[in-house]
Amino acid sequence: MTKSISTSRVGNNAAMGLALDVLLISAGIAAYFLFPDNLGFLTRVLIMIIMVLSLDLVLGYAGIATLGHAALFGTGAYAAGLFAVYISGDPLLGLGVGAAAGGVIAFFSGLILMRAHGLTLLMLSIAVAQVLQEIVNKERPVTGGSDGLQGIDMDPVLGIFAFDFFGRTGYWYALIVLFVVFFFLKIVVASPFGLAARGIQESAPRMRAIGTPVYWRLVGIYTLAGAVAGIAGALSAQVTELVSLDALGFTLSAEALIMLILGGLGRLYGAFFGTIIFMTVHHTAASIDPFNWLFVIGALVLLVVYFVPEGLLGLPEKLRKHLRWGG
Amino acid sequence: MSVGLEVENLNMNFGGIVVARDINFDLRPGDRKALIGPNGAGKTTFANLLTGILTPSSGTIRLDGQDIGHLKESRRVKAGVAKTFQITTLFKRMSVRENIRLPVLERRGESRNWFGRADANAEVEDEIDTLLTQFNLQPSAEVQVQDLAYGQQRLVEMALTLALKPRILILDEPSAGVPSSDSHVVTEAIERLPEDLSVLIIEHDMKLVFKVANTIVVLVDGAILTEGTPAEISKDQQVRDLYLGARHGR
Ligand SMILES: Nc1ncnc2c1ncn2[C@@H]1O[C@H](COP(=O)(O)OP(=O)(O)OP(=O)(O)O)[C@@H](O)[C@H]1O
Ligand SMILES: [Mg+2]
Repeated sequence: MTKSISTSRVGNNAAMGLALDVLLISAGIAAYFLFPDNLGFLTRVLIMIIMVLSLDLVLGYAGIATLGHAALFGTGAYAAGLFAVYISGDPLLGLGVGAAAGGVIAFFSGLILMRAHGLTLLMLSIAVAQVLQEIVNKERPVTGGSDGLQGIDMDPVLGIFAFDFFGRTGYWYALIVLFVVFFFLKIVVASPFGLAARGIQESAPRMRAIGTPVYWRLVGIYTLAGAVAGIAGALSAQVTELVSLDALGFTLSAEALIMLILGGLGRLYGAFFGTIIFMTVHHTAASIDPFNWLFVIGALVLLVVYFVPEGLLGLPEKLRKHLRWGG
Repeated sequence: MSVGLEVENLNMNFGGIVVARDINFDLRPGDRKALIGPNGAGKTTFANLLTGILTPSSGTIRLDGQDIGHLKESRRVKAGVAKTFQITTLFKRMSVRENIRLPVLERRGESRNWFGRADANAEVEDEIDTLLTQFNLQPSAEVQVQDLAYGQQRLVEMALTLALKPRILILDEPSAGVPSSDSHVVTEAIERLPEDLSVLIIEHDMKLVFKVANTIVVLVDGAILTEGTPAEISKDQQVRDLYLGARHGR
């Protein structure tokens, strides 16, 4: 009897998830037709969602507090950018290179970071990004330094779809990559590996006590997240055909964190809602008042953190409780 | 080859405080040993030395004749030594079922699989169901652990540890925090443990100890004061003076 209750609940969740997925995909397609003049902005939103998804894996699932996620994004961006400039302009190969670079840098920095906790971890994660930024800055002949990496010229996607001035190809390309990544991550978080990640967040000592090599598991999660963030960085390099030092910057790390908290941690969907709302508010508020838009964002974050600490994803639940619908 | 757990001349100190003094101890298949002693005697420390949470300053720990003293905690669990915690460190925001699923998957070596749903393996789910039934947790299977009564959390604690299929099971105060009206639930759960399992119970509740243990080890100031059957221990004047008297007064 208990079993049937549990399976029906799981069934409900799965159905809701599916509905939400269809909604998100439809919204992604509709946005292309509704805002044809804003494809550049919309593409940046899509790329950022991938970045925040990666952060959700790290922070939302495994509970790794980091303020250096740009290190992984930026590494992917520079790797894919350099690959395009010096080796091949093929986009998908470039994505692979970005993913590999993000994963490799995450693995090696993770060997150090995953031994730390709390504030130390936070500081170290910032430091890793800054060190990388400084290296890129110093290697000006190769990376373009503070002028950014230029001269990226992408071949058509699959040899067919050339990147165009209006960003149409870029949008579809990013949209498809986003959903491939998203569905991949959905599988990962539902897997034993994903469950173990949540277990580590809930109680690392207990995970050790059941025989899990917690440190290596964390390094593994961080590496995977590095590959995902590397894909986001690579996309950004390919679509804008430019990589700047900001790709490794603190602002990017911090904004990704805010977007995730805004949307809600540990459910993947939060990355969509948080990023879309943050970037839309940013975009519109900044165009209305270029100096004070930060106040609007700040107020929004305060409101969410105060009233729905679970993030915007927690809003329906909260409302339902208030209206005393569900039992 | 000798079967079971053997400890020889185990020593350990925290800074200046000696918490384990030349401890010699063994635990054989089917044993039900209780480790008792006043607060701060070093019982939890001793258990942590056995599971590898702590490293001794000297001495050997053998399982079936093999030295396991150098193994890390996660390796020792896989070798078959598992322990419940005095203060629960369960996965509070997960359901009871998920709490047990984690150790089952880990034991089966499946916890690093990226593909395949964690909840879709019929063998794993059957095993979870068996444990849930054994501990009467079936009705709360989908409840988050943080919403359970404390006594039930202790049961989850035991079920979770048993899911590791240990050969040596160490229970650190299984009845701590459980209201006395519910303590029989813990007692019964212990009585129903697999017979050939070696069990070491650290416990302050003497009723529970006398009910389930066939040997009692008394630890005082990090050293073993005496070891004997419940009947012998309850007659031992030293123990009465040092420990039982004070305890009954509480
Ligand atoms: N991490 C630690 N660092 C320093 N001293 C410690 C540490 N853990 C325990 N101690 C000390 O070691 C001694 C033994 O502690 P332990 O927790 O093993 O006792 P116990 O017998 O389990 O007590 P209780 O019955 O209260 O659970 C105590 O004096 C305690 O203060
Ligand atoms: Mg103790």
